[in-house]
Amino acid sequence: MLISQQLTDPTPNKPTFIYLLTVSSSRSRTDGPNEASVFGGSFCKPMTQTQTRPTTEPERPKPTAATAMRLIVPLQGVVQGRGGLILGSLIPCALFYFLQFYLKRHRSPNPSSDPPSPSTPSSNLADLPRTSSRSNLSSRGSFGPVRVSSRAGSLAKADDSTYYIGLNKVKEDPYHRTNNPNGIIQLGLSENTLCLDLIEKWVSENLTDSIMGSDGGDLSISGIAAYKPFDGMTEMKVAMASFMSRVIGKAVSFDPSQIVLTAGATPAIEILSFCLADHGNAFLVPTPYYPGFDRDIRSRTGVELIPVHCRSTDNFVFSITALDQAFNQARKRGLKVRAILICNPANPVGNILPRETLYDVLDFAREKNIHIICDEIYGGSVFGSEEFVSMAEILDSEEVDKDRVHIIYGLSKDLSLPGFRAGVIYSYNNSVLAAAKKLTRFSSMSTLTQRLLISMLSDTRFTQEYFEINKRRVKEIYDSFVAGLEQLGIRCSESNAGLYCWADMSALIPTYSEKGELELWDKLLNIAKINVTPGSACHCIEPGWFRCCFATLSQEDIPVVIERIQKVAETCKSPS
Amino acid sequence: MKTLENATHATPFVFSFSRDLFSFSFPASHDSTALRIMTRTLPRPDKLSNSTSPTSSSGGGTAMRVIVPLQGVVQGRGGLFLGSVIPCALFYFLQLYLRRFRNDPGDPKDPNSSSPPPRTGSPNTSPSNSAGKLTELSGFPRSLSRSLLSPRNTGGPVSVSSRVSSILKSGESPFYLGLKRVEDDPYHEVGNSGGIIQLGLAENKLSLDLLEDWLDQNAREALVGGVANCEESNSSGIASYQAFDGLMELKVAVAGFMSQVMEKEISFNPSQVVLTAGATPAIEILSFCLADSGNAFLVPTPYHPGLDRDVKWRTGVEIIPVPCRSADNFSVSITALDRAFNQARKRGIRVRGIIISNPTSPVGNLFNRDTLYSLLDFAREKKIHVVSNELLAGSTYGSEEFVSMADIIDVEDLDRDRVHMVYALSKDLSLPGFRMGVIHSYNENVLAATKKMARFSSVSAPTQHLLVSMLSDAKFVEKFVKINRDRLGRMYVEFAGGLKKLGIECTKSNGGFYCWADMSGLISSYSEKGEFELWDKLLNVAKLNVIPGSCCHCIEPGWFCFCFTLLTEKDIPVVMERIRRISETCKFHS
Repeated sequence: MLISQQLTDPTPNKPTFIYLLTVSSSRSRTDGPNEASVFGGSFCKPMTQTQTRPTTEPERPKPTAATAMRLIVPLQGVVQGRGGLILGSLIPCALFYFLQFYLKRHRSPNPSSDPPSPSTPSSNLADLPRTSSRSNLSSRGSFGPVRVSSRAGSLAKADDSTYYIGLNKVKEDPYHRTNNPNGIIQLGLSENTLCLDLIEKWVSENLTDSIMGSDGGDLSISGIAAYKPFDGMTEMKVAMASFMSRVIGKAVSFDPSQIVLTAGATPAIEILSFCLADHGNAFLVPTPYYPGFDRDIRSRTGVELIPVHCRSTDNFVFSITALDQAFNQARKRGLKVRAILICNPANPVGNILPRETLYDVLDFAREKNIHIICDEIYGGSVFGSEEFVSMAEILDSEEVDKDRVHIIYGLSKDLSLPGFRAGVIYSYNNSVLAAAKKLTRFSSMSTLTQRLLISMLSDTRFTQEYFEINKRRVKEIYDSFVAGLEQLGIRCSESNAGLYCWADMSALIPTYSEKGELELWDKLLNIAKINVTPGSACHCIEPGWFRCCFATLSQEDIPVVIERIQKVAETCKSPS
Repeated sequence: MKTLENATHATPFVFSFSRDLFSFSFPASHDSTALRIMTRTLPRPDKLSNSTSPTSSSGGGTAMRVIVPLQGVVQGRGGLFLGSVIPCALFYFLQLYLRRFRNDPGDPKDPNSSSPPPRTGSPNTSPSNSAGKLTELSGFPRSLSRSLLSPRNTGGPVSVSSRVSSILKSGESPFYLGLKRVEDDPYHEVGNSGGIIQLGLAENKLSLDLLEDWLDQNAREALVGGVANCEESNSSGIASYQAFDGLMELKVAVAGFMSQVMEKEISFNPSQVVLTAGATPAIEILSFCLADSGNAFLVPTPYHPGLDRDVKWRTGVEIIPVPCRSADNFSVSITALDRAFNQARKRGIRVRGIIISNPTSPVGNLFNRDTLYSLLDFAREKKIHVVSNELLAGSTYGSEEFVSMADIIDVEDLDRDRVHMVYALSKDLSLPGFRMGVIHSYNENVLAATKKMARFSSVSAPTQHLLVSMLSDAKFVEKFVKINRDRLGRMYVEFAGGLKKLGIECTKSNGGFYCWADMSGLISSYSEKGEFELWDKLLNVAKLNVIPGSCCHCIEPGWFCFCFTLLTEKDIPVVMERIRRISETCKFHS
């Protein structure tokens, strides 16, 4: 700030750039081997670059020979080895420092915008002439287009992730059994439509009571129209806590005061990221991970995700060694790791983390003093034989420092209500809770939805029935889908939960590489008209894996899907 | 490369130093001043060189070699170059050193991880000091486990982001304190007649009866129809995933509603509309899109106290208040904008836009056509955006004509790219609980980015379906807006009249839920302190929660904001009586 003030000041302040001028002038004058070796390589550039600024100054001081000599003499000393370590290291260092300084100042304003022009000095700002007005300006084209922020710029660009490309493609041409049998079948969106009939039945029976209240009256309208706490109504938190205890916690009771409600799990994760990490910090995330994380976490918070690679030989369960390695590597790159984000049951693999691994993660986090974010949004979507263990259960039984553990939950998957946008942050850390509560003003649930959900979640008979039926239906569709794939020789990784299967199609890809995988994905999307998520979108390091979400299919759709895959599989096998 | 990286990381500190380094060397245009400067800069390198030179080299010879040129500096023979470079470099190393060791307060107990190896290139050196002879990372022993560690107090508390602490601190303004106090002890005509009356929350309860009637009749149909929808066609029901930026049906309905409310021939294009969960996220999303961290928006004061949070918290964007005065009826002048813009520029802050509220909140006046034109001119000249917050467009009641920014744009067809509008149903339809905000922009890039950001703040499907039915019911909407306006106007006249009887003048308001009252006659000292004292008395003695002007960044002390839309007509005498009692004690003193 001071600098710009000085620059615009009409009285010239010569000495600011005296040293710059002297250096460059002396260089051009002597031009000897000595000088060249001093100002070697990259060294010269900063000088010439820095010089550009002073040239815009109206008055230029003439370099005097005396000052030049004062500079050169010690420098010669450096060259001839008499300057010693200190000068030899300090001078280049300082010059680099100025280069940094210069670049930094000039990087943030974009090149297209004009730099603060020193040519309009005005000692009295108040009487600055208002030159432009409608009359003397042509309204168009006189100025360039207005700029948006760099974060918006990167978001506004077309999607480059295969995950989003596929999703968009389906939107244009969705499959329908009767209306559009040649459309694209959606296997890329993790959504469950198997039990919508149950939801619909409940809503039609209970709607009026839940929203307007059974007694009606003045209280009910201000109950939904008025401002409510942004982090959710207390009744809703109580209902959610008991629902979570039933669904994911088993014996654990969740404390409503530790719940913060958000408009979906996506903002829940983003808000947590804002709370746990600063711009430039990083989270460790075991791969393959949900492809949406890249955008959800990184785009606005500036937090980096560091993939921790897992392999099919371990059934994609991460190892502490791999975590440790990723942690150390991040640290060496100068990144501060603030948390580890685990998804349990895992998306896209569908496996459940064993109890032992959860303990290990806790140990690891304690050792490194980082947070743990447990995304347990599929906690109630377990259909296999294995038992799901919530992080809350581990914390309940063990006397550990809970401050570092935060659980994400939502109703989009377990209650198949993604349209309701109900997300939960469950944290054991009071400052995170306090901050998250304030941040929910940017993403709060509408009261109408909350009223509806309070009744729905409190209706234990309904939820119990729903979960029984849902589990059975998901299991059925999973079994027939996996069996269908197996007939084609496609094996799926062992899965116990979720709404997807993780299929190994590496036999079908032309080359064992990401390129081969994307070629197959392209064929599946454009020829077979099936949108699946390729493993590379999930940062899986082994090529050939695909995520197929099956919970929007009905039993009749499965033969169609399998047949479409078969057609592509045949073309793939014949050339190889 | 590494030094480059480090230097950019260390900038905040280095910057401040380099700034005064420059200021030292700048004025040294003559030899005499140069001498003085040199001696001023000297003490630092001297001290530093004493402490750092033994570590970097050894032997008196090298020490002398440093000192000799430094002496030259002192005596004016060293020249500017060395005089500035040496201290600078020393500081630079000091920065580096400090930075290194500031980074790792998290794990002090673990010597292995707390001191990273000084050279980045050698991966195998670090584990070796604690891991014994094992140099391979894969064979690194997992020494810590539950059995070995006492589970408590091993790692110290885990730290949260620095954003958290600033967010937690910001709850202390009187605006939020007052709201909190009301929650604890709310007034009720019968139940708690000694409680605090809420005059600080911009919420309108004057016309809830109309809404209730409508909901009674239509809610069921609107929602149940929505669920059934998904069974028949593939399109959206209330349960399944929706477009995050809102259903097209609702965008059409909202666009229609906006045209209707603004009472002009403006038509809004639904494809330029993005729906968010309330106006708050709408403003935040726009801030994310229009400005980067460290940039700023100009905002004419007084402005709504919530704006500080909405714009600044997560985006890192600054707000530069542009003061308006009572002499101009608090309308913004281009001169003031220009001055604020130039001052910001001098401070090195890049201004990316202006945020205006029209009708203004809390003053309640309207922007006239000419001011809007000159605002646009100003924005064009400075190449910045204009965000026009028109939340209260449907809550106008005065005689003046409301002119929407969209109206201006329609007529002039200027470069529309820079104009963005924020709207919501929380004020005009009295539905804050529904969390329905609207971004309307003419800028394709902004629209594309906001649509993606809407996933962080989308409106739930049941709410959307209900609103589609409600807004499509043109007869209801028309009736509601008309009756609501009448009631607002009546309430304002009554409330302002009541204040006038007490000798308190209000600015002339044409819209909104507030009376912006000049109580400077009642404050003990003409300062922010005096204003707070009165606010405190009003809250604790008179039991009235109002918003002091300083929360709205008003530069003239003594202004207060009274929100009258939570009252009924019966409450007004109670409020006036309470104010009267306070004003008497105040006048007594003075």
